Amino acid sequence: MKLEELRFGTELLKRGFASMQKGGVIMDVVNADQAKIAEDAGAVAVMSLERVPSDIRKMGGVARMADPEKVIEIIDAVSIPVMGKVRIGHFVEAQVLETLGVDMIDESEVLTPADEQYHIDKKLFKVPFICGARDLGEALRRINEGAAMIRTKGEAGTGNVVEAVRHMRNILGEIRMLKGMDRQEMIDFARDIEAPAELVIECSERGRLPVVNFSAGGIATPSDAAMMMQLGADGVFVGSGIFKSSSPERMAKAIVEAVNHFNEPEVIARVSRGLGDAMPGLDVHTLRDDEVLQTRGR
Amino acid sequence: MRCYKPVDVKIGVLALQGNVSEHIEAFLLALNRMGQGYSSEVFEIRHPADLSGCNALAIPGGESTTISRLIDKNYMYEPIRSFSGGIFATCAGMVLMATRVDDTRVHTLDLIDMTVDRNAFGRQRESFEADLPIKGLDGGPFHAIFIRAPVATCAGAGVSVLSRMDQGIVAVEYGNHMALSFHPELVGDTRLHERFLKNLRILP
Repeated sequence: MKLEELRFGTELLKRGFASMQKGGVIMDVVNADQAKIAEDAGAVAVMSLERVPSDIRKMGGVARMADPEKVIEIIDAVSIPVMGKVRIGHFVEAQVLETLGVDMIDESEVLTPADEQYHIDKKLFKVPFICGARDLGEALRRINEGAAMIRTKGEAGTGNVVEAVRHMRNILGEIRMLKGMDRQEMIDFARDIEAPAELVIECSERGRLPVVNFSAGGIATPSDAAMMMQLGADGVFVGSGIFKSSSPERMAKAIVEAVNHFNEPEVIARVSRGLGDAMPGLDVHTLRDDEVLQTRGR
Repeated sequence: MRCYKPVDVKIGVLALQGNVSEHIEAFLLALNRMGQGYSSEVFEIRHPADLSGCNALAIPGGESTTISRLIDKNYMYEPIRSFSGGIFATCAGMVLMATRVDDTRVHTLDLIDMTVDRNAFGRQRESFEADLPIKGLDGGPFHAIFIRAPVATCAGAGVSVLSRMDQGIVAVEYGNHMALSFHPELVGDTRLHERFLKNLRILP
């Protein structure tokens, strides 16, 4: 078969790749050692970044894409897919990660936004993108730009699942609401939530988003992860929750098992026993406006 | 005297991780296209007990190291190895069906005599779509979706090779089993599902 007969970077390949991650846990890692721990614990993929979100909160300053040296070190260390975070709107960071061979790019509000008006035009890339969302309108705007996976924004680095729950309930609740609407009402609703009408109608027909829908932002325990799955997530991201806990290997394995058996409380009870301390948490109501990450990008 | 006896076709999809719901939908579509006159069920499988009474098992795409670990953890390894029905395996599923793989962390099921290379085409940016000729398949080439796909670099004498590319073998049949590097469940073309089900000789 000749190379020119092959098609690369299509929408189907991007969404297909995202779909292979379903039922899985994607873990934030900052170096090769953490990546190996995540892979051995059963992560479906790792997310490379310079600092985990709770450290970004503590240290402040501008948070950027990870050093390419680190990304390559992580790619070489594991055989599972490696993802990477770029700043909202920073299409050159995305070009760099694509060149390095990163399998999926997260255009993430956890990093400091590079463009307060526009997100990356994701259709220009061969690699698939993930984007955060707080409600259906935001999710569909990102899908319209080419995102192949949506994750709840939650409130990263807090170890507090409340915002992830709010965002998952928003997205799934709004899709359930579509059931009672006729076509005209859906078009009107699309205008209200500032989303393309055809995508709203597609959600209504499928009863779900057109791409996979993960949960992220504050998941810190096996029960948190299983709750997001029971609420309807296709999989979960765990950021600071693993490597800021007192026993990362055990926490990583326990969260993988909880996601796999999210409907079996006896399994979740077993894997949660004697896990040590989860990451220290933050009450999101005590955050100053400029400390809230989820309002970046809209 | 002729008696009418409905055939119960039960197809389980291994639901530990990966592209599970697409496989369920594709098998339902294939069964629907193959006609009526029998009852069928397609459902998720997570525990050894779920396998009993199944005519076929699908092992979906996903992350082969992850699925392998979960098969062991859920005590599914021996039950799948001794499963008497046919197995339909795609992508990561094909890796698991092999005798040998280039990664010791994958505990292969050793059900098809072949050696498999994981991610044989490269990373996600090298994933591709192609129209693939498949031996004995009517209706023209199959539109195949390869996602960080594996290939078989060699296959034993009893294994029937259905399709190969420069990098290696991408579709095989062996007894009642079928293993594919690519993802027929993503394209709505159920010819391979139908061929697999016909080979099982369970439909009237």
